[in-house]
Amino acid sequence: MRKGCSKLFCEDEHQFERWNHAVLTNLKAEFKRFKDVVVLSLMHPWERDARLLKKSLKKGHEQYNVIVEITCTRSSDQLLGARKAYHSLFDRSIEEDLASHIKGSERKLLVALVSAYRYEGPKVKEDNVRSEAKAFFNAIKNSDKRKVVEDDEVVRILTTRSKLHLKEVYEQYNKLSDKTIIEELEVDLLLKETVECLCTPQTYFTRVFGVALSGDANEDEKKALTRLVATQEGGEMKGVVAKFERRIEEKVKGAYKDVLVGVLAKDGK
Amino acid sequence: MATLTVPSAVPSVSEDCEQLRKAFAGWGTNENLIIDILGHRNAEQRNLIRKTYGETYGEDLLKALNKELTSDFERLVVLWTLDPAERDAHLANEATKRWTSSNQVLVEIACTRSANQLLHARQAYHARFKKSLEEDVAHHTTGDFRKLLLPLVSAYRYEGDEVNMSLAKTEAKLLHEKISDKAYSDDDVVRVFGTRSKAQINATLNHYKNEYGNDIIEDLEADPKDDFLALLRSTVKCLVYPEKYFEEVLRSAINKRGTDEGALTRVVSTRAEFDLKIIADEYQRRNSVPLTRAIVKDTHGDYEKMLLVLAGHEEA
Repeated sequence: MRKGCSKLFCEDEHQFERWNHAVLTNLKAEFKRFKDVVVLSLMHPWERDARLLKKSLKKGHEQYNVIVEITCTRSSDQLLGARKAYHSLFDRSIEEDLASHIKGSERKLLVALVSAYRYEGPKVKEDNVRSEAKAFFNAIKNSDKRKVVEDDEVVRILTTRSKLHLKEVYEQYNKLSDKTIIEELEVDLLLKETVECLCTPQTYFTRVFGVALSGDANEDEKKALTRLVATQEGGEMKGVVAKFERRIEEKVKGAYKDVLVGVLAKDGK
Repeated sequence: MATLTVPSAVPSVSEDCEQLRKAFAGWGTNENLIIDILGHRNAEQRNLIRKTYGETYGEDLLKALNKELTSDFERLVVLWTLDPAERDAHLANEATKRWTSSNQVLVEIACTRSANQLLHARQAYHARFKKSLEEDVAHHTTGDFRKLLLPLVSAYRYEGDEVNMSLAKTEAKLLHEKISDKAYSDDDVVRVFGTRSKAQINATLNHYKNEYGNDIIEDLEADPKDDFLALLRSTVKCLVYPEKYFEEVLRSAINKRGTDEGALTRVVSTRAEFDLKIIADEYQRRNSVPLTRAIVKDTHGDYEKMLLVLAGHEEA
């Protein structure tokens, strides 16, 4: 069999068929991707999220967007479940670990995001929506003097209000300005992703999918796709999936592709 | 330990409802009957009574109590009848609407309850007020008060006994530095008290005392007029020795000229089914007088009767 697979093996001077190193590396990566999506999909969502949070914290700053993704795209009870699982797995609370390892203005934002237990009902207070859109407007206007993520009001609004309320604040802001909040926050990446995940999750998913499936995605970007596929349960992802079906067909191969398509089909259709 | 007593042979729920209905009927109200029934039922039983009363008579029991009773007695009975989670949500909501002195109530609820009790209060808050506790606390507080209160009400602390001793050392040192610099609302001070488990904080404060000689509370008494400092002291007490904290609240409520019924009602109604016995023992130890005797001396009428029943005082 080895002699038949000339692409995978090369003749070695010591007369055995040696694995082509580059091919081997690729194969390992592909299997790992498959393994990852299977393991992630099978694990209880609470344990999964707790482990993802722990890992992101360990990896440091470039992975803080994962913390944002998890804390902002889960339901209140799912996030609470992750906090419970974290107690069991690591004998600490997630907020104490985040607070002691992260510094600066990002600490305030991330700790508050993980501690939120947002109201999920339909009631929204219009007065507050208006005044809070204004608060965003003012913070963004003054962003040359102070970073938006350091504005106490912005952080308060994003980390305590219900998602429905925040979506209305986002809409209201569009009446005050030509640009959307997301467009204004190009510089404050973590804050931008927070707003995206809370107010317009579809744009977040679309962006992650698009980047992961483009030609030159790096490891982290590809991992993001695996993570989304394994952890999002339909809902906001449905519309996004349809857009990328063809690209998944083209770009993704093998067992990993089967899993992707399978998981997405279950949610998407 | 709880002071609430429930009879070994409890009447059926429909009987209880019938009796309560009778207590409201006609001229006046039979307060003794109300005290007798509601004052001797646990949270599960009270919830069932409320549900059944509503289904049977088409009226919310709490509304009926509101209508029929008055003043301090009414407040005590209504608060007591709620289950612990709803009661905490109700008290917290009230506190967000009042002045800064009510910040202490928020600290009390956030820090003396277990992680799950606080969680249930947050859930009850959603159901009752159609918003989250943290958004109200954040919206109605500012500056250092918000900085401290928000993490406290949002915490879901680890509740195990696992303690990291070297961390306790590091954080005791950190606290000591910040306090010496009078940086009471420093990020790290808030971080330690707002996120660490109670066991870990206890270890840290023990180390603090061993290493630096003083109880941290003594070092936090620098300025008697500083409201934030007072709130921080309450935070520490609530987290590590709640019974002492509650004893102090009771003592101050009773000793105050004219009695602070609000505080007395709050402590008795929120602790009767948990640890009022321990608090009462502490009260006696500290004041050389049983809590029940102090209540008798300081209050009267139906209010006094209900307090005594909840405090486990048997009729002489």
